[in-house]
Amino acid sequence: MAVSQLVGARVQRREDPRLITGHGHYTDDGEPRGCTALQVVRSPHPHALIRSLDTARAVAAPGVLRVLVGADFRAVLRGTMPVTPSFVADKRQVPERFPIADREVVYQGEPVAVVVALSRTAAADAAELVDVDYEPLQAVVDPDRALEADSARTHAGAPDNVCWDVTYTGGDVAAAFAEAEVVIRERIGQQRLAPTAMEPRVVIAEPDPYGGRLTIRLGSQNPHFIRLFVSQALGMAETQVRVVSRDVGGGFGCKISPYPEDYLVPAAARLLGRPVRWVETRSEAMVGTSHGRGQVYDVEVAAKRDGTLLGMRLTQILDVGAYCGTFGAFQAVAVYMAPGAYRWRGVEGRTVGVLTNKVPTDPYRGAGRPEGTHLVERMVDRLAGELGMDPAEVRRRNFAEAFPFTNPFGLVYDSGDYGRTLARALDLVDYPALRHRQAALRLQGRYLGIGLSTYVEICGLGPSAATAAATGGIALVEGAQVRVFPTGSVAVYVGTHAQGQGHDTTFAQIAAATLGIPIEQVELHHGDTDEGTGFGYGTYGSRSLSVGGMAIRGATIKVVEKARRLAAHLLEADEADVIFEGGRFAVRGSPAASRSFAEVALAAYGPDLPHGMEQGLEAVHYFDPANFVWPFGAHVCVAEVDAETGQVTIDRYVAVDDCGTVVNPMIVDGQIQGGIAQGIAQALFEEVVYDPDSGQLRTGTLLDYLVPTMSELPVPELSRTVTPSPINALGVKGVGEAGTIAASAAVINAVSDALQPFGIRHVDMPASPDRLWRLIQEARRP
Amino acid sequence: MGERVTMTINGMSHEDEVEPRTLLVHHLRETVGLTGTHVGCDTSQCGACTVLLDGDAVKSCTVLAVQADGAAITTIEGMARGDELHPLQQAFWDEHGLQCGYCTPGFIMTAAKLLSDNPNPTDDEIKIGLEGNLCRCTGYVNILKAVRTASRRMLSGSTAASASARSSE
Amino acid sequence: MIPASFEYRRASDLDDATRLLRELGPEAKVLAGGHSLIPLMRLRLAQPTALVDLGRVPGLDGVRVDGDRLRVGALTRHAQLAASPVVRGALPLLAAMAAEVGDLQVRARGTIGGVIAHADPAGDYPTLALMLDAEIVTTRTTHAAADFFQHIFTTPLEADEVIREIAFPVAPGPHRYVKFRRRRCDWAIVGVAAQRLDGGWRLGLTNCGPTPLRARAAEAALAQGESAAGAGARAADGLTPPSDLRASADYRCHLARVLTQRALEEATA
Repeated sequence: MAVSQLVGARVQRREDPRLITGHGHYTDDGEPRGCTALQVVRSPHPHALIRSLDTARAVAAPGVLRVLVGADFRAVLRGTMPVTPSFVADKRQVPERFPIADREVVYQGEPVAVVVALSRTAAADAAELVDVDYEPLQAVVDPDRALEADSARTHAGAPDNVCWDVTYTGGDVAAAFAEAEVVIRERIGQQRLAPTAMEPRVVIAEPDPYGGRLTIRLGSQNPHFIRLFVSQALGMAETQVRVVSRDVGGGFGCKISPYPEDYLVPAAARLLGRPVRWVETRSEAMVGTSHGRGQVYDVEVAAKRDGTLLGMRLTQILDVGAYCGTFGAFQAVAVYMAPGAYRWRGVEGRTVGVLTNKVPTDPYRGAGRPEGTHLVERMVDRLAGELGMDPAEVRRRNFAEAFPFTNPFGLVYDSGDYGRTLARALDLVDYPALRHRQAALRLQGRYLGIGLSTYVEICGLGPSAATAAATGGIALVEGAQVRVFPTGSVAVYVGTHAQGQGHDTTFAQIAAATLGIPIEQVELHHGDTDEGTGFGYGTYGSRSLSVGGMAIRGATIKVVEKARRLAAHLLEADEADVIFEGGRFAVRGSPAASRSFAEVALAAYGPDLPHGMEQGLEAVHYFDPANFVWPFGAHVCVAEVDAETGQVTIDRYVAVDDCGTVVNPMIVDGQIQGGIAQGIAQALFEEVVYDPDSGQLRTGTLLDYLVPTMSELPVPELSRTVTPSPINALGVKGVGEAGTIAASAAVINAVSDALQPFGIRHVDMPASPDRLWRLIQEARRP
Repeated sequence: MGERVTMTINGMSHEDEVEPRTLLVHHLRETVGLTGTHVGCDTSQCGACTVLLDGDAVKSCTVLAVQADGAAITTIEGMARGDELHPLQQAFWDEHGLQCGYCTPGFIMTAAKLLSDNPNPTDDEIKIGLEGNLCRCTGYVNILKAVRTASRRMLSGSTAASASARSSE
Repeated sequence: MIPASFEYRRASDLDDATRLLRELGPEAKVLAGGHSLIPLMRLRLAQPTALVDLGRVPGLDGVRVDGDRLRVGALTRHAQLAASPVVRGALPLLAAMAAEVGDLQVRARGTIGGVIAHADPAGDYPTLALMLDAEIVTTRTTHAAADFFQHIFTTPLEADEVIREIAFPVAPGPHRYVKFRRRRCDWAIVGVAAQRLDGGWRLGLTNCGPTPLRARAAEAALAQGESAAGAGARAADGLTPPSDLRASADYRCHLARVLTQRALEEATA
């Protein structure tokens, strides 16, 4: 079926009118009648034993309804919080996590009690009256130190701090290193980051006193998984629990996994028999919402003197935090993606998950792919420096070229043309002129750097065979339902959810294009587990379009096929002769005889149907992609370092991306722009800092955690190539994470390149002025 | 221990009793029911709560409701005239100046103050004017564009639609 | 978060403010723009029992030139200072500083008196007040700036004492404030102010110690005819700045030197 011009059109977003007028529906924008307020009492210590916990003063405070502690919740919540296999099926130890601590606290911010009161002020006041007597224990802070035999333990009495330790080998690594003419080594950091969605988390739970049902409202990237996990914990059937997520004020991965409050608030609502609301403050978010990254890599690369890459060995030390995040081990995908866009004889990657007394790490925009990209792109630049070659030339010499391309770990890259995006990017910056300018400036004592990042990423999770094992049973496919009403208007239900990516628009474009009807006739529904297919798989890993969009397309095609059979009946024609074009069914050769989509829709509810056809016009489709999809591109960052102060200024940022077929170019560009901003933010600004001795969080507010503002970020220049994916009929890939995956490497390569005259080979993130100044000082020291 | 406060909010007079510690943003959201003004932090960094207070763009999370007694407040809900969007709202829509939309009301209110002081700002002036607002989705690129577009349209007094046609760059 | 409960009183004039502060006791605090205090209260790091709001006190905001002094009312907001033709004419360095405090919304509410009274060494105006020997005029007395900034967040202000105005010398000559920070809206990691006054240079350092500081060795070097570079080299003499998340002590010293040179060069450019 031909895809109409709607796919590829710059359609303005349908979600915007409500959002620009202040009429969005974020979770905290509405509360049920009689709603109570819940405040969480959190551990101020990263590691301590609870000697005693006295709630008497809090219970007596004005407006307080109940003060609940671990034992209260153990009576109504079963089991422990889920940990999926993700990329590490074989974990050594997974500490059991109950949503609230009752004996030992293992991270600063861990819940120890909750206060439910008539108002938020009353709850906040009473929370200060919960008296907890802690016996502080040594906190485990540094992951390297945590691996030493005499380290303190994150959980008292644990055998060690190792959550997992697994090595993956792809290809013949030994042979690759045996053949090496040059071997380079580097230690590359990935600081902890706070995802910092602008909307903090909010959970509102409302029990239905008669029906026994429970409605949970929260901002989530995957409401169905929340329903699955929380209903199980509460001992309720999934049918009894409705999870609703309307407008979500950003997620970036931090609204995928279930959180303690997702259990505590519904449980409290059931215990009290009243609606309960919890609103996270930003300070709570810094200690209570998952962090991302938090890794360090030891990498060695074997190559030939002509720049041919041979082999790589790497160890990923991953700071898991105090508990393994539900999808925390997903970040180990960095190992699988370490080969990047290049050909290797062999790659061997060891991943070690280390427990520390910090908030758990979990996926954050890119989740393992920015890390994999950063390390390989850094190493390619290091190699170029070592060999005195141009980094662009080293890349060209090693790019994967024949597609589908199988990387050393057996992952099959669907389609690509890496040389083309690089060439386009170099063209846009006028690379030879830029190198001349760099040389001229160096003579003046100015330090300009040029950084390339030619990334490839894995997304579109995912094929059922690969992903069912990763979740522990549920294959990450996607379901959609299309319902056509008698007048021809169409409701589309999909199991993904949006956190700002414009699904209302993009998905409606796909449905309307397939159905040949105006986009206004399509209404998109998502985020409510009471609607649509039996399960929805959510939004993460840049999967919504290539899996969810395809599910919608599949369901609409089923609808069209039924409508075509019905139209043939109405037109008294053979089904094979009925064509569907421009929203009309017509008989081939006699265009005068035709029926509009709406006419057929009405007929579908009438008496005159072909033999054996049921009334109605609706369909469900689950889409199971045959493979992941593999966006790629080339980013170039041009940055200048003030060698006196260490301040970095980005002069230019050029991005050439390829995400396959583009459904809405405006939205695609927006995703790239925002993604780049988060990558630059990691490269230059953001870092979660814990005190190395006490384990206290030192970046507890947005004063200290430096999210860049408009003044700090460049306006990137965007371009794209289109290499359709062969694994879905739309040819689409993903774009939500690409910018972030590419950007940190481009920036740090530029900064490292700028400092090359000082003999500095590598710069860790964030490349803050004081860090760069120190590096320059050390380099200048004789 | 309530204090009586009277404010004119989006042209309507509201008289309420508030606790002294009630932040203006909580008053607007929870007492008055205007939930378009959002809260994104607790240290005055993010600007999601920006409203106009007697014409000044202020962070309503750092103003006590009692301090605003007698003031005229404009929130995002007060920007459109009926069905006609404020030029800034229209420009944010046209230029894809928002993704998740949570920070957007704050940006629009700050930009409104910026453009009332400086109807034809340079890019640098826009950036400096809006650095009290954090956005996590857009990288600010299209916010900058939107403010530029709104400024141009407001100066020319053109209708949004015709300006939109002209401004396709 | 929500602040802890407190009593709220609105002062009608400064006498009333003094009376209220006496009545409410030492745990009462003065509320001006609130942009230092309210965030601390929201985090419950500050829990005053009462606030005396100066917001409606007439005559406390505004600037005027009085002989060789620029008198700035305590409630004058950053945005007013930045835009004021009087300030731009009499003490353009103050206007330049004001234009770079916080962000647009903060500048709409925050006041100079609030910044001075808060005595955060990362604040910009304390540096200017100190280096220019400004006077801090209160309901009780007049404090020389050199005696006012005693330590971090510590001043001689009594519990019932309120700042009326700050009197700066009129200084329209060459000047420059170089405020080094990672984000434009942040506090200075190090700030260096340079002002030509009475035939010499005054140099002030922001966030280089528990109080604002003068780079006296650098000032002296300039008086002896040293170049900007020569003065810059002396700017960190005797400095023992703090180490924190943003900068180590030695980096701060280095910045003090580099930025002093730049401030002088840019002031005279």
